[in-house]
Amino acid sequence: MQREAMEFDVVIVGAGPAGLSAACRLMQQAQVNDQELMVCVVEKGSEVGAHILSGAVFEPRALNELFPDWEEQGLALGEKVSADEIYLFKDEQKATKIPNCMVPSTMHNEGNYVISLGNLTRWLAEKAESLGVEIFPGFAAAEILYREDGAVKGIATGDMGVDENGQPKDSYMPGMELHAKYTLFAEGCRGHLGKELISRFNLDSDSDPQHYGLGIKELWDIDPAKHKPGLVIHGAGWPLGKNAAGGSFLYHAENNQVVLGLITDLSYENPYLSPFDEMQRMKHQSVFKQYLDGGKRVSYGARAIAKGGFNSLPKMSFAGGLLIGCDAGTLNFAKIKGSHTAMKSGMIAADTLIGVLASGDAGGQDLTQFAEDFKCSWLNEELQCSRNFGPAMHKFGMVFGGVFNYLDQNCFKGKLPFTLHDLKPDFAQLKPASECHKIVYPKPDGVFSFDKLSSVFLSNTHHAEDQPCHLKLQDATIPLAHNLVLFDEPAQRFCPAGVYEIVEDEQHNKAFQINSQNCVHCKTCDIKDPSQNITWVTPEGAGGPNYPNM
Amino acid sequence: MSILVIAEHDNGSLKDETLNTVTAAVQIGGNVDLLIAGENCNAVAEQAAKISGVNRVLVADHAVYAHQLAENISLLVSELAVDYSHVLAPATTNGKNFMPRVAATLDVSQISEITAVVSADTFKRPIYAGNAIATVQSTDKVKVITVRATGFDAAVCDGSATIESLDKATDAGLSSFVKEELAQSDRPGLTSAKVIISGGRGMGNSSNFSLLEQVADKLGAAVGASRAAVDAGYAPNDMQVGQTGKIVAPDLYIAVGISGAIQHLAGMKDSKVIVAINKDEEAPIFQVADFGLVDDLFDAVPELANSL
Amino acid sequence: MKVLVAVKRVIDYNIKVRVKSDQSGVDLANVKMAMNPFCEIAVEEAVRLKEKGVADEVIVVSIGPKVAQEQIRTAMALGADRGILVETDEPLESLAIAKLLTKVVEVEQPGLVILGKQSIDADNNQTGQMLGALAGMSQGTFASEINVSENSVEVTREIDGGLQTLSLNLPAIITTDLRLNEPRYASLPNIMKAKRKPLDVKTPADFGVNVISGLKTLLVESPQERSAGVLVGSVSELVEKLKNEAKVI
Ligand SMILES: Cc1cc2nc3c(=O)[nH]c(=O)nc-3n(C[C@H](O)[C@H](O)[C@H](O)COP(=O)(O)OP(=O)(O)OC[C@H]3O[C@@H](n4cnc5c(N)ncnc54)[C@H](O)[C@@H]3O)c2cc1C
Ligand SMILES: Cc1cc2nc3c(=O)[nH]c(=O)nc-3n(C[C@H](O)[C@H](O)[C@H](O)COP(=O)(O)OP(=O)(O)OC[C@H]3O[C@@H](n4cnc5c(N)ncnc54)[C@H](O)[C@@H]3O)c2cc1C
Ligand code: SF4
Repeated sequence: MQREAMEFDVVIVGAGPAGLSAACRLMQQAQVNDQELMVCVVEKGSEVGAHILSGAVFEPRALNELFPDWEEQGLALGEKVSADEIYLFKDEQKATKIPNCMVPSTMHNEGNYVISLGNLTRWLAEKAESLGVEIFPGFAAAEILYREDGAVKGIATGDMGVDENGQPKDSYMPGMELHAKYTLFAEGCRGHLGKELISRFNLDSDSDPQHYGLGIKELWDIDPAKHKPGLVIHGAGWPLGKNAAGGSFLYHAENNQVVLGLITDLSYENPYLSPFDEMQRMKHQSVFKQYLDGGKRVSYGARAIAKGGFNSLPKMSFAGGLLIGCDAGTLNFAKIKGSHTAMKSGMIAADTLIGVLASGDAGGQDLTQFAEDFKCSWLNEELQCSRNFGPAMHKFGMVFGGVFNYLDQNCFKGKLPFTLHDLKPDFAQLKPASECHKIVYPKPDGVFSFDKLSSVFLSNTHHAEDQPCHLKLQDATIPLAHNLVLFDEPAQRFCPAGVYEIVEDEQHNKAFQINSQNCVHCKTCDIKDPSQNITWVTPEGAGGPNYPNM
Repeated sequence: MSILVIAEHDNGSLKDETLNTVTAAVQIGGNVDLLIAGENCNAVAEQAAKISGVNRVLVADHAVYAHQLAENISLLVSELAVDYSHVLAPATTNGKNFMPRVAATLDVSQISEITAVVSADTFKRPIYAGNAIATVQSTDKVKVITVRATGFDAAVCDGSATIESLDKATDAGLSSFVKEELAQSDRPGLTSAKVIISGGRGMGNSSNFSLLEQVADKLGAAVGASRAAVDAGYAPNDMQVGQTGKIVAPDLYIAVGISGAIQHLAGMKDSKVIVAINKDEEAPIFQVADFGLVDDLFDAVPELANSL
Repeated sequence: MKVLVAVKRVIDYNIKVRVKSDQSGVDLANVKMAMNPFCEIAVEEAVRLKEKGVADEVIVVSIGPKVAQEQIRTAMALGADRGILVETDEPLESLAIAKLLTKVVEVEQPGLVILGKQSIDADNNQTGQMLGALAGMSQGTFASEINVSENSVEVTREIDGGLQTLSLNLPAIITTDLRLNEPRYASLPNIMKAKRKPLDVKTPADFGVNVISGLKTLLVESPQERSAGVLVGSVSELVEKLKNEAKVI
């Protein structure tokens, strides 16, 4: 069927902090220059914020630049950070508090806020709309469109109302082509179009492989008597211990709520590791438990983070578009913060674009100017200074890596004259199951810890029934023939939503079952599958989690 | 206080929901009258007179009431209502159809689908598809209420009320009956069944679902399925019970080879009695089951069919 | 003929509701809101009537807070021609809504008013019927099929145990059941066009309607959680218990 097309100056994929900051900045500058500009944003979530999951301790630097008067404009960001605590956990009971003076300076949070990034994006979307941006939630960019000369021409939204076998249903509505002079890809970590662009334009030929973590998060209502607004707690060590790098967090947000979670570095080797179960047992650590006791879990979700930082940052421009935010990998892992950097990358992109468009550019160019603008920004400096943090942790382990980072960040301010590299991609790290010990996780107690399905329940995840599976296997035999034999099919454990199962029938025949409706769009399977056989594509628009203030 | 209960019937016989509604009326307290509006509905009146707790049975027997047209029934009821403190009807599609017209005509609010009587003016009712229970108080002069049958026991039938016929008939002249097609299937539909037996992934394949049908035939039950069973192709989509399937609340729900994931429970947890048959004693379904049987379903289900 | 459709803004049906800890209601902070699914079916039916040439204008009305404009825009993106918002921050009972709708009906004189059979928040299932009584119109509730002719509409209704067909004099009220139709998706160009369709904003005071209600919600609680019952040792014990103890077979 012939698709209809609409023309814009700029199309932005993804209404996260990166995409929305770019949109706002574009329109602000256009107003200043009295420039006519048609900008639209497509967002796969059912509403802006529905798919946003973050910590989040927020550094307001980029926001201050974008809306210096955000406070007067009625934005209630959240709680100002009131105290920072960092612990090294030995087990469920033992915790050593790290004295403040020993903490890398990047982990200090004075002046930052404990926020819901979902709510911040909702506010940014309102601002963008009032500036004249068209925002289309519930529409996924499913496909990249190219011009004849190979430049990106725009995107196509996915078809709606297609059944499991790809046949149109009564409600069928073909996708729409959105053409633009320039397209900004702001899909966040491991964007599925971003992945295509990086490989098609060889954007990563000069950078280290990207590295990832899986963040699993919960939101709790707690006993008001235990609530300490603005308290920020980070933990390392137990429960991941030697099995994986990573860290836990618990932030006291507004309204007697705390957010907590565990980021598991996806470079782990033991295929028996289950980030979900690690996160569930983490809550039994006494430091966390004291706050959760008497509380009630409100929401659950998971999202991968791109933590490779400066060394892994690909070239961000290509003919007809730019990659911004975590889609490129602008997160600062030394701070575990990617929101302000994502915003800033979007703002730089807007500044580059506005100049180009004002000069009457017809689009489709490779905007190498962006790299220049990026280099001159504080964002570049910030990322460069933190470049050794992740690799040091991976190379030297928690303790020595921590010492290195302390020295690097506090004494040398990130300016050591050498760079550590981490060249093995995460999916290649898994060892055969036969070489690893089985990890036995405690049963959830139903008070602090829960099973996967009741957790997914709280993510409000919904996909229209009867649609094609959005988790594509390149080779359908690999899960059983290869992954199961060699790695005991780790997808059963790394997926935080119980999408992948090995099921057995009466005759003990095994099958690989994909419950795609459970998917919370974290992208871990696309990253960690040892055979790189799973490709995450966008399901029908509006499908996926419906996060509240996550 | 005096209460008017509107009977549910098909001109030939009284429907059970009327009995539960009378119980709600008795709990409110006061004199209970029952209205039967229909055509040639004498048999219904005879039946109704036996419901204990009912004082008078009022019969409006006329062609304009033959098909329970809301426009006509509501005029009759609102005319009678002025003499009562409460008007109650079962929350059937019929009660739900005419009662709001009664309330609006009387310029009062309606309290829909109560499941408990707290006091004469305060009631509990489910909202948000049963995910929350509201306690509501009414200050209206007449309280117009529909009653969810599962919230109340059926009244017993050992009374002897007087039967009075009403000489009333108004045709609003707004609507007319064309036809009715009542489902004639042997097995009830999932949402209306009083007993449901559902199978999960433990059933192993689609032909094993016939084991459940044998039990269903004996109990007049509907057959349901978990999503895992539907996804595996053991059962068709429209049999799915749960968050993304049908929401059911039968008197008896038998879950066979179903683990009891929260998404499945979301569709059946309001059942009156839940039975679980599962070989894994740790399956979460046992935490909500009134009666649990830890056993291989391929032994237990045929035995169950035989012993009914 | 004009068709008037009433739509309500409610919590999205995919969201799990949570009762507030002070039991004053359900927590609506930060949750996604959407058009009531039954209202969406009502909009779809009206738009189909227009496409068939039966209706010449589809007017959508919502009574609610300012943000309910979003749902009116959605309805217009699906094909409604214009919108009316009766703006009020008070949560209104069905009777007050029906009184306001009666006023809108007086002004607009539609041939058909289509509403959802119930809203998935309060689950009242009242508004259409009340409007019928107040406006002196016939009603076809829980509709699964409608056929409009010159002066009447034939409505097939989903009733307990089957289907019933009625013939209603026009103007009439229809309330929708799930099987009436499958609503379409709004397309991007239509979403953009909807932003420019006319939307009138009124208040209950403009209509002189008293919205005070005789109902008060005292408390909202979570439903009681089920607890584990007993394990039985055999099928015969199970049958015995179901027969004699639970009395369900
Ligand atoms: C557990 C966790 C804790 C974190 N803690 C912090 C913290 O404390 N502080 C901090 O600053 N940062 C933190 N981060 C990182 C921060 O959340 C990210 O860096 C930031 O969200 C990146 O912004 P983005 O705009 O690039 O992408 P995202 O926020 O991921 O937004 C991308 C948007 O694009 C949409 N989208 C994606 N693909 C498509 C498509 N094809 N079509 C349409 N729409 C699409 C998505 O639905 C989403 O709305 C944390 C992250 C995680 C996971
Ligand atoms: C968004 C979303 C929506 C969902 N909606 C629904 C829904 O509407 N309905 C629904 O049901 N699920 C739904 N699910 C899926 C749900 O989470 C579970 O995956 C599903 O209910 C599991 O089905 P099951 O119990 O049949 O399978 P399993 O969990 O695999 O359980 C099978 C059970 O059978 C038992 N068993 C096996 N063999 C035997 C035997 N021989 N004798 C006795 N017992 C045996 C096993 O011990 C086990 O407990 C949804 C999930 C999501 C994420
Ligand atoms: S299927 Fe993949 S993307 Fe979806 S939740 Fe599981 S791991 Fe995450």
